[in-house]
Amino acid sequence: MAGKVLNNVKAVSEALDVAMDKWKEVVVYGEDAGFEGGVFRATEGLQAKYGEERCFDAPISEAMFVGVALGMAMNKMKPVVEIQFEGLGWASLQNILGHMGRMRNRTRGKLPTPVVIRMPMGGGIRALELHSEAMEAIYAHTPGIKVVCPSTPYDTKGLILAAIESPDPVIVFEPTKLYRAFKQEVPDGFYTVPIGEAFKIQEGNDLTVVTYGAQTVDCQKAIEQLESKNPDITIELIDLRTLKPWDKKMVFESVKKTGRLLVVHEAIRSFSISSEIIASVNEECFEYLKAPLSRCTGYDIVIPFDSGEGYHQPNPTKILVKMEELLSYKF
Amino acid sequence: MKTKFINVFDPLKNERVEIMDKDGKIINPKLVPDIKDKDLIDAYKLMNLSRRQDDFQNKVQRQGRLLSFLSSTGQEASEVGYTLPLIKGKDWFASGYRNNAAWLTAGMPMRNIMLYWMGNEYGGKAPDGVNSLPPNIIIGSQYTQATGIAFAEKYNKTGGVAVTTTGDGGMSEGETYEAMNFAKLHELPVIFICENNKWAISTPYAKSTKSINIASKGIATGVPSVKVDGNDFLAVYAVAKEAVEFARTGNGPVFIECDTYRLGAHSSSDNPKIYRPEEEFQEALTRDPLIRLKNYLIEKGLWDQKKQDKLDKEQDEFIQKEFEWAEQNKEYPLEDIFDYIYAEKTPDLEEQYQEAKAFFQAHPEAKGGHH
Ligand SMILES: Cc1ncc(C[n+]2csc(CCOP(=O)(O)OP(=O)(O)O)c2C)c(N)n1
Repeated sequence: MAGKVLNNVKAVSEALDVAMDKWKEVVVYGEDAGFEGGVFRATEGLQAKYGEERCFDAPISEAMFVGVALGMAMNKMKPVVEIQFEGLGWASLQNILGHMGRMRNRTRGKLPTPVVIRMPMGGGIRALELHSEAMEAIYAHTPGIKVVCPSTPYDTKGLILAAIESPDPVIVFEPTKLYRAFKQEVPDGFYTVPIGEAFKIQEGNDLTVVTYGAQTVDCQKAIEQLESKNPDITIELIDLRTLKPWDKKMVFESVKKTGRLLVVHEAIRSFSISSEIIASVNEECFEYLKAPLSRCTGYDIVIPFDSGEGYHQPNPTKILVKMEELLSYKF
Repeated sequence: MKTKFINVFDPLKNERVEIMDKDGKIINPKLVPDIKDKDLIDAYKLMNLSRRQDDFQNKVQRQGRLLSFLSSTGQEASEVGYTLPLIKGKDWFASGYRNNAAWLTAGMPMRNIMLYWMGNEYGGKAPDGVNSLPPNIIIGSQYTQATGIAFAEKYNKTGGVAVTTTGDGGMSEGETYEAMNFAKLHELPVIFICENNKWAISTPYAKSTKSINIASKGIATGVPSVKVDGNDFLAVYAVAKEAVEFARTGNGPVFIECDTYRLGAHSSSDNPKIYRPEEEFQEALTRDPLIRLKNYLIEKGLWDQKKQDKLDKEQDEFIQKEFEWAEQNKEYPLEDIFDYIYAEKTPDLEEQYQEAKAFFQAHPEAKGGHH
């Protein structure tokens, strides 16, 4: 298989390139997304290759971005919108929550809105206020919208292509911390990672850890430490990849095998992705459980600036302590 | 109220208020504002201070001692010009994020500004007697918030005026229009400023709007709108002063476009060389607001090189001290991320705080990330 070694941002560009080549109805826009290729350079080169009509700078008005994208999508196009940072896109919520998730239903299937919205998300990059938000639960909570959050270059390209191919609106969360964190070989050309399928990073028997985004890396570090201290223990690590619809089958099977579950994310704890997973696992796997279902998350606070961010975000030590707690739990 | 600028200069004809030329020579003597020599010198000092703070911050940012910041270099005449007419403790400033010179003028201590850019929330807290909102990252909302503040001033008959500002790019946010529309309906004492510095990160003015100028965007809402040379301190000050008086005496809002230029990078993580034509930048350098005002002061016999050298030295020492203080005070304890979420911690949050406290007591090294 021919491929290229790419980091996550380059995987985004590559996906968009493949999509623009494959489907003439794809247009890409956002603040600074045209000439400069966006503040993270995720759309770099696309304007030069496909022209200003298909990749352009949009004025700063996120409400317009998404409203316009809805109109395009209802009229046979496939817009891919970049919100510069998740925390800066809230003016678009009106159109995302109020229209994007509802249009198919309101028109009884006649006018679907297959928009793709990409948002850099999450913390750990010493950014300014409102540049570290992780509010994916709001979007996952909204009927009619699918939400993905890839953590590797392979998944980034495959999920973005799946999102563009999808007949439904998809929000793609791209963890900023991982944009340039590592590289991976990615196949050339078109391929997809199916929306709704999680990825098992490693097999294990004693505890299931479910996570996504930047915390996949933190979890791997924590698990390495734990397993090297305790050679008899093995941890199953699942990267959800899609937050809605999430891969219940893989998670339930895993928890039935291990009897223990830890969900890890940086997002605020209450009413979050972990709330949903834990509630569902509780309903489905109760008789298999050896310990309470548990989570390691951010707190219910305003995301702190840099001086306090280290307190808020999950880190390998926090995850390790949680895992040990669950492994030594006695009824 | 008899006005010299408001409803006199017509944005639809692209008229622009100018008092001095690019070398600081007065070209419009009739419009020169009535400002005491001492106040004029103080204004220049503030502009100089802000410029030197920007330069200093650029330096320490490259050393990794400041996270990031957005410099006001090139926009000092505008920022000092529109903030100076405000009465401290009575009037309000609802800022954007590129407002260093304006914050200093409004009375924000430099150490707070630095704390903010070091990633510490205390930087957003103005001292008593200073009605300045924290830097606003979400573009547009400062316009509606300032409008609400002005509503309350009118409602409570407290006589204050609110000033707010955004960039040329920011004028595409619907909220700016929505704010002006409401403010005019209720004839509120709010001054809307747009600092048109020609670039919104890499997006040039021409890719943000086809309007002949920004000031004309106020016309549809009925808000009197004026375009002014934003690198001409006397012009900005004169127009802002008139606008504040106009609003304070019950005539409703005013919209001012300051025609200026961003001389620095968008932020400390931006590289303008990628997108900005070099000739355009070189040309803009010839209109540096600091040099223009300095030339004017020298011409008036109020300034000379000796005074400048002394001022630079004093200001550099002051900047250094403020920075050292901020650097020594930028860390805060765990409690501080929980204490200000609600007036009183909810039971849930108290539980999470106790959990976090126990964890960090057992694992003090685990305050993750970069520390
Ligand atoms: C609602 C919102 N969207 C996007 C951003 C990201 N952003 C920060 S500054 C900027 C450009 C603003 O340009 P302009 O309004 O011209 O002001 P300038 O920075 O040039 O002073 C953008 C898009 C933001 N802060 N807020």
